[in-house]
Amino acid sequence: MSEWPLWEVFVRPRRGLSHQHAGSLHAPDAELALRNARDLYTRRGEGESVWVVPSAQITASSPTEKDPFFAPAADKVYRHPTFYSVPEGVEHL
Amino acid sequence: MSPEPDGADPRVSCLLALADDALVTSQVLSGWVAAAPAIEEDVAIANVALDQLGVARALLARAGELEGRGRDEDALAMRRDPADFRNALLVERPDDGDFAVAMVRLLLLATAQLQRYADLRASDDPVLAGVAAKAVHEAAYHRDHARTWVLRLGDGTPESHRRTRAAVHAEWPHLDELLAPLPGADRVPTFAPATPGYADGVRAQLAADLTEATVPAPTLAPASAGADHRGREGRHTPHLAALLAPMQELARAHPGATW
Amino acid sequence: MDHTTDPVAEPASFRALLEADERVEPRDEMPEAYRRTLVRQIAQHAHSEIIGMQPEGEWIQRAPSLRRKAILLAKVQDEAGHGLYLYAAAETLGVDRSELLDALHTGRQKYSSIFNYPAPTWADVGAIGWLVDGAAIVNQVPLCRCSYGPYARAMVRICKEESFHQRQGFELLYALAHGTDEQHRMAQEAVDRWWWPSLMMFGPPDDASEHSARSMDWGIKRFSNDELRQRFVDMTVPQAEALGLTLPDPDLRWDAERGSYAFGEIDFSELYRVIRGDGPLNRQRLAHRVGAHEDGAWVREAAAAYEEKRRAERAVPA
Repeated sequence: MSEWPLWEVFVRPRRGLSHQHAGSLHAPDAELALRNARDLYTRRGEGESVWVVPSAQITASSPTEKDPFFAPAADKVYRHPTFYSVPEGVEHL
Repeated sequence: MSPEPDGADPRVSCLLALADDALVTSQVLSGWVAAAPAIEEDVAIANVALDQLGVARALLARAGELEGRGRDEDALAMRRDPADFRNALLVERPDDGDFAVAMVRLLLLATAQLQRYADLRASDDPVLAGVAAKAVHEAAYHRDHARTWVLRLGDGTPESHRRTRAAVHAEWPHLDELLAPLPGADRVPTFAPATPGYADGVRAQLAADLTEATVPAPTLAPASAGADHRGREGRHTPHLAALLAPMQELARAHPGATW
Repeated sequence: MDHTTDPVAEPASFRALLEADERVEPRDEMPEAYRRTLVRQIAQHAHSEIIGMQPEGEWIQRAPSLRRKAILLAKVQDEAGHGLYLYAAAETLGVDRSELLDALHTGRQKYSSIFNYPAPTWADVGAIGWLVDGAAIVNQVPLCRCSYGPYARAMVRICKEESFHQRQGFELLYALAHGTDEQHRMAQEAVDRWWWPSLMMFGPPDDASEHSARSMDWGIKRFSNDELRQRFVDMTVPQAEALGLTLPDPDLRWDAERGSYAFGEIDFSELYRVIRGDGPLNRQRLAHRVGAHEDGAWVREAAAAYEEKRRAERAVPA
């Protein structure tokens, strides 16, 4: 799914509660991301409101988590995928 | 006066036409599960197939009740022969694994269903009115999904544009049958109310969608418009029999069995 | 800490989390081997869900009643969703889904070999729901407490949805077992086909392998293969009795001393054969999956191209 970027999905299960991170999915654009998020994360009527955000747009900071590869300037939600290009034939991956 | 080939209650004819459109569509779309272009789309298509199946079941059950011959949803789905099906030809044609065809077809169908169900909310039959009220929301969702895709495929790559354009040209002539008055509806206008100008309205809406998707609807000569009204009369292509055979085989092999 | 150091070396913070039974989250320090093991395990779990859509998916269009058709559609849809939750969890560890799919398609990563068996009759759909999903649940419930946060959370979501699957399989078989003689026979034969493969889903008998022991220590694996297998047997035998169906094991008997069911020896040579790619449908299952992916390439490209055009339009000043 390299043509389709990763999006994070946030769902507010019902009125009065705040949005919670539900997971992620791949979609080519915001509209499809939103529709897919609804299909995937609110199928059993679990959601009143859905937000989708491109993962790359999220700025993160977690002082108690120790992130070895990124110094204090690190701001992405996940380790950058391209950092881990796995050579052919590597065991267990 | 529109034909009522089954010679029976015109309300049943209307219901069967609607139900069979939904049932056959669900059956064809089910073939995309585990074969869609993206796993997210497997989920989305399964949703559409489930919704269409749900409407089909409700309409078939009501048809069976009104018919009064003791046929339930399964008797109607599994034990009718192709000639007794009342779906429009549009939905029984194979899509040959072409996603553009599947989405163009869904756009046409869901847009037609949306307005149809919207009108039927005013039916004097409380069951049909209730089914229609729920089905309107689902049809809106299906139309939205199909439209989202047709836009992207029409205005995506040269290949997707080519396929979508071909799909539009192949499917558009079959729209007429889908938009024609339901069989028997003119005899029971309070059971199956329809907005005057329904067909023109849907066509205009679709024409606008397709223009936006850069795959404008073909302009047909009046002679070819309304060419095929066979499905509503039970005169189907061989595709329907091919579709129904696997669907009905197991139920027919064990008559009287419950599952 | 970088790649070149010992892959099993543990940062103090990592061990502290495990000891407190707290969750390791994506940006925490972790041994490289922990990360790699999880990527592989989560990805293979995801692949299993996706491939697992096929044997049941084949029956959606052939279900004998509309209600069964709807139930099966919903189940297979859930499986696609579970695959997506799991790919999402794996991606938090620094891989892209496209790499994982590529690994599946080229055979570098596996999926549960149970899905290489055919589903020749309608009753197989029931047997898969009852036995295969039943075994999966026994495996999955402990994973809800896996040390890695995103995986544990995905598992919680999956477990909630999974119980419906097993119940439906049981109910399907119950209807058959209590139906006509032909239906009863269909059900019994399907159970006879799926029992031993389901037991093999728990993997080979535990040994003192370093890998297994390390997975336990790191909270990736909570119970041994044999413990989980026994749990499954003990849960399932009474269910078979309730169904009125037998299980194809002459050595199956209640062992009052141990308080559980003793069962016959499993022929693991078949499992290894199927894992190696020699199972009945290995090629077809993978080919179907690869075909769907390749046939859909033009669609994915079109969607990406559309978005590119819109982005270019938005960039142009009005």
